[in-house]
Amino acid sequence: MVNDRDAFKQRLDAARARQGLDRATGKDAGKGGLPGGNWGIGFRAGVEVVSALVVGVGLGLLLDRWLGTWPWLFLVFFVLGSAAGMMNVYRLFTPRRLRKD
Amino acid sequence: MAVEGKAIDALSQFELGTTFGPIGRAVGFTHSNLHMLIAGGLIVALMIYGMRPRAMVPGRLQSVAESAYGFIDDMLLAQVGPEGRRFFPFVFTLFMFILFGNMLGLFPYAFTYTSHISLTFTLAMLVFVLITVVAIALHGTKFFGYFFPEGAPLWLAPIIIPVEIVSYLSRPVSLSIRLFANMVAGHVMLKVFATFVVMLGALGTLGPVLSIMPLAINVALVGFEVLVAFLQAYVFAILTCIYLHDAVHLH
Repeated sequence: MVNDRDAFKQRLDAARARQGLDRATGKDAGKGGLPGGNWGIGFRAGVEVVSALVVGVGLGLLLDRWLGTWPWLFLVFFVLGSAAGMMNVYRLFTPRRLRKD
Repeated sequence: MAVEGKAIDALSQFELGTTFGPIGRAVGFTHSNLHMLIAGGLIVALMIYGMRPRAMVPGRLQSVAESAYGFIDDMLLAQVGPEGRRFFPFVFTLFMFILFGNMLGLFPYAFTYTSHISLTFTLAMLVFVLITVVAIALHGTKFFGYFFPEGAPLWLAPIIIPVEIVSYLSRPVSLSIRLFANMVAGHVMLKVFATFVVMLGALGTLGPVLSIMPLAINVALVGFEVLVAFLQAYVFAILTCIYLHDAVHLH
């Protein structure tokens, strides 16, 4: 009987964990992160910088065409895009669990 | 197609053409659409026929279906938390659609629809609109506080806020470029080395012996591409989960 009750408790705990009723602790927290590997991380960092620059330059060009201020907003948003790219890369290398959340 | 004259033509594999003869031409039904339909059909078939036995000890197809389900479920639970469960249908559909697109593209004569930025960007915009709507629906105007981290000095606001906005807007771009660039690069490499096989093979007596080298590279590349096909679908899904986490919890 004792054995049965233990088995039930185990199954209950497993079910509770599955449904997320118990807060995931320690062991589970790091699971399912992004895959590592030098090439993967390097490629991700490159893509982050390029995409931020694309958005920055694109926004700058659009606003310039709309407001007729070529090339000033383009220059401003180019710098903002680079900064955003750097920030994306910084976020990439800062583990999410360490940041306050 | 592979060798035209002496030039290597690695990009014509991404050209869109219509299928199903005159009917397809009339409505603009492309190879890409056909492969999307095939992928959708295969996913539905896997889930319906795979889960039909409902066995306690799953067979092959059932365990594929179950592990795909469990994989995304675990990912959402680990990345978003219990609240992430309600996004399961969305993330699961996204993951399976990209995974099947990448894998189908590896078959000979197949078309890789994930190698077109129009498709990957549409998927990424879908994610982007969803996370923005979810964040605004859950947090209201507090969502805009996301662009200015509390604790930063106020005089930095004119710099931080535009940078954060550009960074936020760059999410769909980086999501789509990553998937599209990986698929294009892989298929171009495969095509280039396959062309080397044909070119070296036509080189006289020594040619067929030499052409074994690019052939061996291609065999290794196909294995690598299977890995990339899975990995990119996984990365797309997990980044969607991370963005959903940000939207649900706002840091």
